[in-house]
Amino acid sequence: MYVAVKGGERAISAAHAWLDETRRGDPAVPELTVAQVEQQMPLAVDRVMAEGSCHDRFLAALAIKQAKGDLIEAAFLLRAYRTTLPRFGASAPLETGAMRLRRRISATYKDLPGGQVLGPTFDYTHRLLDFALAAEGTERATAPEADAPVPAVPRVTELLAREGLMQREDPGDGEPGDLTREPLAFPAARDVRLQNLARGDEGFVLALGYSTQRGYGGNHPFVGEIRVGHVAVEFTPPELGFPIEIGEIAVTECQMVNQFKGSRTEPPQFTRGYGLVFGHGERRAMAMALVDRALRSAELGEDVTAPAQDQEFVLYHSDNIEATGFVEHLKLPHYVDFQSELENLRTIRAALVRESLREAAE
Amino acid sequence: MTALTPGFADPVLDAQAAFRAVLEAMSRPGRVQRAGAGLAPPAPLMPAAAAVLLALADSGTPLVHDGGEDADAWLRFHAGAPVSPTLAEAAFVLATGAPPALSALGTGTEEEPERGATLVVQVASLAEGDGWRLIGPGIEREHRLAVEGLPPGFVQAWTANRALFPRGVDVVLCAGEHLAALPRGITIAEG
Amino acid sequence: MTDMTPDPIAERRRWMAVLARAEADEIAALLAALPPLPPHERLRAPETGLVMVRGRAGGDGGAFNLGEMTVTRCAVRIGGVVGHAYVAGRDKRQAELAAALDAALQDPARRAALMDGVIAPLDARQQAARDAEARRAAATKVEFLAMQTTR
Repeated sequence: MYVAVKGGERAISAAHAWLDETRRGDPAVPELTVAQVEQQMPLAVDRVMAEGSCHDRFLAALAIKQAKGDLIEAAFLLRAYRTTLPRFGASAPLETGAMRLRRRISATYKDLPGGQVLGPTFDYTHRLLDFALAAEGTERATAPEADAPVPAVPRVTELLAREGLMQREDPGDGEPGDLTREPLAFPAARDVRLQNLARGDEGFVLALGYSTQRGYGGNHPFVGEIRVGHVAVEFTPPELGFPIEIGEIAVTECQMVNQFKGSRTEPPQFTRGYGLVFGHGERRAMAMALVDRALRSAELGEDVTAPAQDQEFVLYHSDNIEATGFVEHLKLPHYVDFQSELENLRTIRAALVRESLREAAE
Repeated sequence: MTALTPGFADPVLDAQAAFRAVLEAMSRPGRVQRAGAGLAPPAPLMPAAAAVLLALADSGTPLVHDGGEDADAWLRFHAGAPVSPTLAEAAFVLATGAPPALSALGTGTEEEPERGATLVVQVASLAEGDGWRLIGPGIEREHRLAVEGLPPGFVQAWTANRALFPRGVDVVLCAGEHLAALPRGITIAEG
Repeated sequence: MTDMTPDPIAERRRWMAVLARAEADEIAALLAALPPLPPHERLRAPETGLVMVRGRAGGDGGAFNLGEMTVTRCAVRIGGVVGHAYVAGRDKRQAELAAALDAALQDPARRAALMDGVIAPLDARQQAARDAEARRAAATKVEFLAMQTTR
């Protein structure tokens, strides 16, 4: 039960003023610009766009600055802002096979068409703090350019599918479900699950993906392919009636390849777990692909025993905006609730005391 | 096809005003509101009906209408509503001529009654104080509403629609820059 | 201009794609060197909204909603011709310039000069930037060397 209380106005406005001051920090240090956040914290921007479920680098950077670097708060700000905008419609599904690649690796084939392209990765860094970065104005290395560009290359899963060793995806033809318009209902179809995971909390999805590797929902995954790069977005404005490109966005795609023992109607073959996220978000895309595959257990006739295979558990708890809202609402006044609990406890204790006194007297 | 004419002069404020007019009309069934002043939609669209669709219809609300090619281009451009493949799937139905049978429209489900369609009908005239006697939520005793230009049998069809409650179709009647609403919970008694 | 045959649509899609990727300042700078565009009437003032971006399960399966992106649209009229723009992001000036150019480019009398003076240089710059990035990516391609087996 909640009771409206007044009286905090002055305290709140003072708290806001102090919040502003702490955001700015020491005025002797130059103020961070939104462009600096956007350019120099690109992976934080990518995470906020993914969890805020809104691709706009500047807005995500602004949200990060406003949130003092709290990325969940920043995603919350971005989600709130998007509700003020009209929706013009939906794009054609992204053609990730035509991606302009920055990075593309496969753990299943060493030599594959297009090769292993590392791109701007942390993978082979030594994870030693680089104190050179603490010095300002140091010249940084420029990335070399090869003579020939990397071409667009087919997806690895396509190579397996051509041999019949990879289960083909059902292309479907219906309108996909949309969590921003329809509340979650169970059992949730794969389209809704993928939307939920794509905007889910990175930590939560990562932990669930990890749990599947450690035996909770055992599948044995291989990274068929990870690709990072830019794809064109096509949209058909109703007044034009033909598709046009409205720009390019950066995305990360991960295909996890998993063994499947087959069923009465299907021979043993590989199946896919799929991850696709805004920006450069490799960890997020991989974790999403692991959890996507775990959530397919029921439809593939596998036992549903582990948390990562439990639709309701996963999909109801993946959204960090909802999660933070419900956890943090506990800060709101629960004075009356608590008074009644207190009263209750005192009554029980008083009864116990009377009881023990009577026993002692007897 | 004639050249496309502009929609709302101020898309935000004008849409809010039209929304407010529909809200008032739905809250006080049978009371006549004004909407769409200054709007010049292509014939046969009238300003009020056009304003209702610009304010409420969008890419998420399939639309069926009988307004012809110019109206189609105008609505497609300014409202962005997709053409509904069937009458039953339409979120909004606009009738500039004889309206379709209410029973042919989507009425939602017991679980999701909000999926019932909204029928926007252009009529010849609307006047308070005479004609139908409306009874129901939002009306203290009765509101009277005189409507010219609905087909015979509308009141019987409405009675059947009323019986589906909470499912059913909501109706917005538009004449020129005037509109009145019949939310599905209203009972109509003829004069 | 409503009776466009498929070919003009393909050409129009190309210039719209180039304008969607260009910055307002870039477009304006190229336009400044040309005779001014005729004045346009705003049919729909620049407006920012969202497009829901879709992907496909497994890259080639059923569609799903990935998340939204900001998009700005604008529609203008030059004479009897309507120009449209839908461009990623929130730059209203870019959207209006792109819509005005879309209208002007549909006029055969202006098309060649605008293609040569605006669209071709923008396209070349965009292609060069794409090419440079693809060559950077190629520089990080692994050239595997077989290790000699030793005992």
